[in-house]
Amino acid sequence: MSEPEEYRPDPLTPVLTRRWLLPESWTLRHYTELGGYEAMRQAFAMAPADLVSLVKDSGLRGRGGAGFPTGMKWSFIPQPKPGEEPTAATEDAPQFKPKYLVINADEGEPGTCKDTPLMMADPHSLIEGCIITAFAIRANFCAIYIRGEIVHAIRRLHFAVQEAYAAGHLGKDIHGSGFDLDIVVHAGAGAYICGEETALLDSLEGRRGQPRLKPPFPATAGLYAAPTVVNNVETIATVPSIVAGGKDWFRTMGRERSPGPKIYSLSGHVERPGQYEAPLGTTLRQLLEMAGGMKDGIPLKFWTPGGSSTPLFTDEHLDVPLDFEGAAEAGSMLGTTAVMIFNETVSVPWAVMKWTEFYEHESCGKCTPCREGNYWLAGILRRMNDGQGTEEDIDTLLDVCSNVLGRSFCALGDGAVSPITSGIKYFRQEFLDLCQAQPAATDRVLAGAH
Amino acid sequence: MTQAPEQEAPPVPEGHVRLTIDGRTVDAPKGEILIRTCERLGIVVPRFCDHPLLEPAGACRQCLVEVEMGGRPMPKPQASCTMTVADGMVVKTQVTSAVADKAQQGVMELLLINHPLDCPICDKGGECPLQNQAMSSGRAESRFHEHKRTFEKPLPISDEVLLDRERCVLCQRCTRFSDQIAGDPFIELLERGAHQQIGTEETAWGAGEEFQSYFSGNTIQICPVGALTSASYRFRSRPFDLVSTPGQCEHCASGCSTRRDWRRGGVTRVLAGEEPTVNEEWLCDKGRFAFRYPASPQRVLQPMVREDGVLTPVPWVDALERAATLLAGARDGRGEPRTGEDGEELAPKRGVGVLPGGRLTVEDAYAYAKFARLALHTNDVDQRARAHSDEELDFLAGHVAGVAPSHVSYAHLEAARTVLCVAFDPEEESPIVFLRLRKAARHGTRVVHVGSWTTPAVVKTGGHLLAAVPGEEPAALADLPDDLAAALAAPGAVVLVGERAAEVPGLLTAVSELGARTGARIAWVPRRAGERGGVDAGALPTLLPGARRVDDADAREAVAAVWGVPSLPAAPGRDLTAMLTAARDGELAGLVLGGVELADLPDPDLARAALAEADVVISLEQVLSEVTEHADVVLPVAPAVNRSGTYRNWEGRDRPFATTIDPGQGGSGRVGGTAAVTLPDCRVLDSLAVEMDVDLFTQTPQAAAAELAELGTVAVTPSTPATRPSSPDVSDGTRLTSDDSSGPPLTGRVRLATWRQLIDGGALLAEETDLPGTARPPRLRVAAGTAERLGLVAGEPARLGDTLDLVVELADLPADVVWAPSHVPVPGGVVTLAGLGLGHGDLVDVAAPVAAAVAPVVAHGEPQ
Ligand SMILES: Cc1cc2nc3c(=O)[nH]c(=O)nc-3n(C[C@H](O)[C@H](O)[C@H](O)COP(=O)(O)O)c2cc1C
Ligand code: SF4
Ligand code: SF4
Ligand code: SF4
Ligand code: FES
Repeated sequence: MSEPEEYRPDPLTPVLTRRWLLPESWTLRHYTELGGYEAMRQAFAMAPADLVSLVKDSGLRGRGGAGFPTGMKWSFIPQPKPGEEPTAATEDAPQFKPKYLVINADEGEPGTCKDTPLMMADPHSLIEGCIITAFAIRANFCAIYIRGEIVHAIRRLHFAVQEAYAAGHLGKDIHGSGFDLDIVVHAGAGAYICGEETALLDSLEGRRGQPRLKPPFPATAGLYAAPTVVNNVETIATVPSIVAGGKDWFRTMGRERSPGPKIYSLSGHVERPGQYEAPLGTTLRQLLEMAGGMKDGIPLKFWTPGGSSTPLFTDEHLDVPLDFEGAAEAGSMLGTTAVMIFNETVSVPWAVMKWTEFYEHESCGKCTPCREGNYWLAGILRRMNDGQGTEEDIDTLLDVCSNVLGRSFCALGDGAVSPITSGIKYFRQEFLDLCQAQPAATDRVLAGAH
Repeated sequence: MTQAPEQEAPPVPEGHVRLTIDGRTVDAPKGEILIRTCERLGIVVPRFCDHPLLEPAGACRQCLVEVEMGGRPMPKPQASCTMTVADGMVVKTQVTSAVADKAQQGVMELLLINHPLDCPICDKGGECPLQNQAMSSGRAESRFHEHKRTFEKPLPISDEVLLDRERCVLCQRCTRFSDQIAGDPFIELLERGAHQQIGTEETAWGAGEEFQSYFSGNTIQICPVGALTSASYRFRSRPFDLVSTPGQCEHCASGCSTRRDWRRGGVTRVLAGEEPTVNEEWLCDKGRFAFRYPASPQRVLQPMVREDGVLTPVPWVDALERAATLLAGARDGRGEPRTGEDGEELAPKRGVGVLPGGRLTVEDAYAYAKFARLALHTNDVDQRARAHSDEELDFLAGHVAGVAPSHVSYAHLEAARTVLCVAFDPEEESPIVFLRLRKAARHGTRVVHVGSWTTPAVVKTGGHLLAAVPGEEPAALADLPDDLAAALAAPGAVVLVGERAAEVPGLLTAVSELGARTGARIAWVPRRAGERGGVDAGALPTLLPGARRVDDADAREAVAAVWGVPSLPAAPGRDLTAMLTAARDGELAGLVLGGVELADLPDPDLARAALAEADVVISLEQVLSEVTEHADVVLPVAPAVNRSGTYRNWEGRDRPFATTIDPGQGGSGRVGGTAAVTLPDCRVLDSLAVEMDVDLFTQTPQAAAAELAELGTVAVTPSTPATRPSSPDVSDGTRLTSDDSSGPPLTGRVRLATWRQLIDGGALLAEETDLPGTARPPRLRVAAGTAERLGLVAGEPARLGDTLDLVVELADLPADVVWAPSHVPVPGGVVTLAGLGLGHGDLVDVAAPVAAAVAPVVAHGEPQ
């Protein structure tokens, strides 16, 4: 575990969140008053390819969980070479197809709460980001795929899109730039898997939301088999500030390979849960300071750095720098920076069971390891938490996890076993204690037929 | 493909990559899927979802292997069924990699935790990939202590297909088949996680569209477990108690290979045989499920002669003798002299016509053709038990007879840029041709249908309809849109024409002219399995075997030489209608009939009158029928399962088959509960001829085939244009758009479009109780505007002609045109439009039925 490179005096860096506390911050008027839609005008004055380079050089990495370099993703979109015209042979080639931008606003990872408040408090930063991104990748259509349950955010986003149309920021020939863009807000129907980008695309096309086989990747054959960029809300909402502030400014925050600010959503046993925007690389110790410490002073037991799909951390990890590299070096992942904090009153096997039940419920069912594995794992954990487990079950849990991890079709299956393997890694004794509850004389309960 | 590493490695062939699998170097074509490369090396990677004819899914994860690319091992095991080979790839399967082996064991265990312990009662037990791979890649003992997931079982997906959801491993083969291959997404994945299941619209919503697919049975065959079973086979047998015999489908001219599984003298199921050049691995439901007709109580198992008006079983010798005597007398006009209407004495009836029907093997058709010429001294032989014309005879002689598959084959269809279908709805009339056209269309072929509405087949092959008013198709062909005409002029273009083109005067000539004009290749696709072979075998009034014309003296001489006779009858024969007319009018004395259904004929009443009037009727039949009711002698013939022979499919490709169940082989040969032996038509005709002092040399199909081969085929240029001039005044074939304009009420008559549906109560569907449930319900189709003007309401009945009531469904027909199926199954039989005097292109009365009019014949299928 490495020491953080440096500490900053005030770790809060309100970039994305700077308007959030204003009254009626979501209106176009307030957004514009604070310099909104200026970056769009700046962008229109640039060559699209230069925008892509700018974002590449800024080091911005995706905020949806995987941390893929955003500028590089955009550069994968095939574009005609200068002066290249379609011929009979190339007219169906990807560079001559329409390009699409799709915003992933499905925010389903347990504990994650950053995209929703962003769209509630500052939807125009997302819309401006969409305009700049679409201009950069030469897309004239953008869909925002938003989680269906957050009706309030859906309404607000709809309203903001209308405002943007009325102000001429969307539609045909935006502000005389010759650039057209339409944005459609599409509400999902409530499936965690539809946050996975290819399942999202299928769902957006009106199909059953299940991940697609890759290749082809969305960059060559995404929405309606046309080149598509899928980015997270926070990623795209960050783009206007990069255009306005420049890449060097952006790199003053965060660390070399994980620059920029990041919204950490803190939940659980803390005094002031909520969204804290701080440079990437901020530690839990710092975050807890900002959030007023552990609730009622009860000590920390375990926490997730980036949602339930990222392996658990304990109080040993208070000083792990929370950026993509730091979290990985410490044996977990940054994920969505959904920091769920649990104090000593919480049973790890119980929490793990609850998370596993979530994955059991949300597994899309496409592949065997995740579909059957989570069914089995949840069953064992339920039985254990009922005091009917045996020591052997712990081995079975770990072995089944090893048969799911890296064997599944998509990352949901990989993430699903994180709580179990990390929970047993750090808290094996708690699982063993549960098994002791089994009366000595009784054989293990064999519930099902063999 | 493999070589020892010490040797100097030869260069990688063009278009290939070189990789290593389990330490062996192999060159594989670029783009090959890894699991297939392994197969070629004899390394069997276990799998469930993978199927070579379906797009990869990567769903089951059973096929995981370790892969190294560019010297770097990939972090996770990879699904070998979704990964394409790459140069320098190093692959380790379960054979050499502990990681791959553990991954496969792990997936297998996960597949089994929720799998029921059904093997002892499961249809798949004994041939089950899950059982087999559980043995090869599974653990012996379970460590699953939770409850297994259960579902209500079985779920009927259709009358034919049943689903046991807890046996399902969710490999999506069935759903991918129905979506990608058949284009009938009648099943889908529902729910998610461990609740994910295969279901129908009905399971999803509680109600849904009626199931419809002609290909549903394939899902049963490709299901890697016993989750999908067929109503007709479920719980009937264990696979290891069955004998599997390769066969050929007798139901249509597509020419599918089948595998017949049978025991105790009866077929228990039919499976698709693998035949990449023809049916790939598919069958239509008719071919798969219509196999019980030989067990019909109507089967004729013994020869019968009519004694005092009653058909009475007699020994073969007696029946043959009687038939021979009657035929010789009729042939020579030795019957009673007749008295004319005015009391004058008329010459006795003379001559015998031969109506073999269109379901014969090549050998049988040849025997009928030869029997007519040698035993009956006539060219009066016509296999066409359907609408026919002289124009068609010319077309068959010019474009079909003797043409080999190298002219147009399935492969040509797949490779063509453009295919034009004329008077041919492929899904209804040749289902495997349809599947191939759909495959082609999915890969970019433009399939255009000249027809009257956007049928399901049109939709599923790309949606290109060239609308034509029934009867005016020739004009439509004469005036094709320029882009289509240009596309047909490009190399590889094909025109497929159906047998019902004969119903429209001038259409076959127009097709022929189109071929001459554009250079597009023409292929004729008849419905019945025997028609194509019959053309080559000479079962037509103007053609001798081997594409020789009757009116060609040299050709007659050549055939006569091989047949060992001085000469053959020179006058071209009469066609079916002419023969029946002559018989009805008392000119023709006798008729020999093969498997002919009177209801199938263009004028069933004429046929009935002819049979009643003829002095001699000899029937070679498998079952009692309307023909046998009139027969003086009935000679039983063998169904396809009890004999060998060859069908020649629409391509002109021979589809030879051996006997499936030999009735001569003691107990295993019992047919329908008797030990009767039935013989092929060619053998019966041979014996009959002997009684008439003629040798046919067709004792066995092999003998007949050998002689036919000896005769050979005269050189054919398939594009020889038809000789007949194009038919007169066809009106201007303007292209039409669907009629949705409402105009003044229509009181006159409308134009009828009609053709047959695949499952419509045909003769070979006898005894099938479940199959008819998957038929398309008979409907009267009409455009909205025309319906309004006729006073018809969608979902309500309409009366076609005087008596036939059909439920109305709206479709995009041209104005003042209605469509109805040619055959409408009704309780206890079938009503044919031909029987009602209605044909394609005719003007008909259509109206909403008036209450309490003539008691109507109501087609089955309630209004929805
Ligand atoms: C099961 C699963 C759920 C996901 N849910 C989300 C989500 O809700 N929001 C999101 O932005 N990305 C989600 N992702 C990540 C997306 O697949 C994708 O990586 C991301 O949207 C890319 O955007 P970014 O590059 O801006 O991060 C999910 C991934 C998986 C495997
Ligand atoms: S891992 Fe498999 S079952 Fe799970 S969500 Fe992904 S594709 Fe679906
Ligand atoms: S599907 Fe196979 S493994 Fe399952 S019950 Fe049937 S035979 Fe047994
Ligand atoms: S029913 Fe059979 S083919 Fe269909 S998904 Fe299940 S196991 Fe696969
Ligand atoms: S066979 Fe490869 S994933 Fe199913």
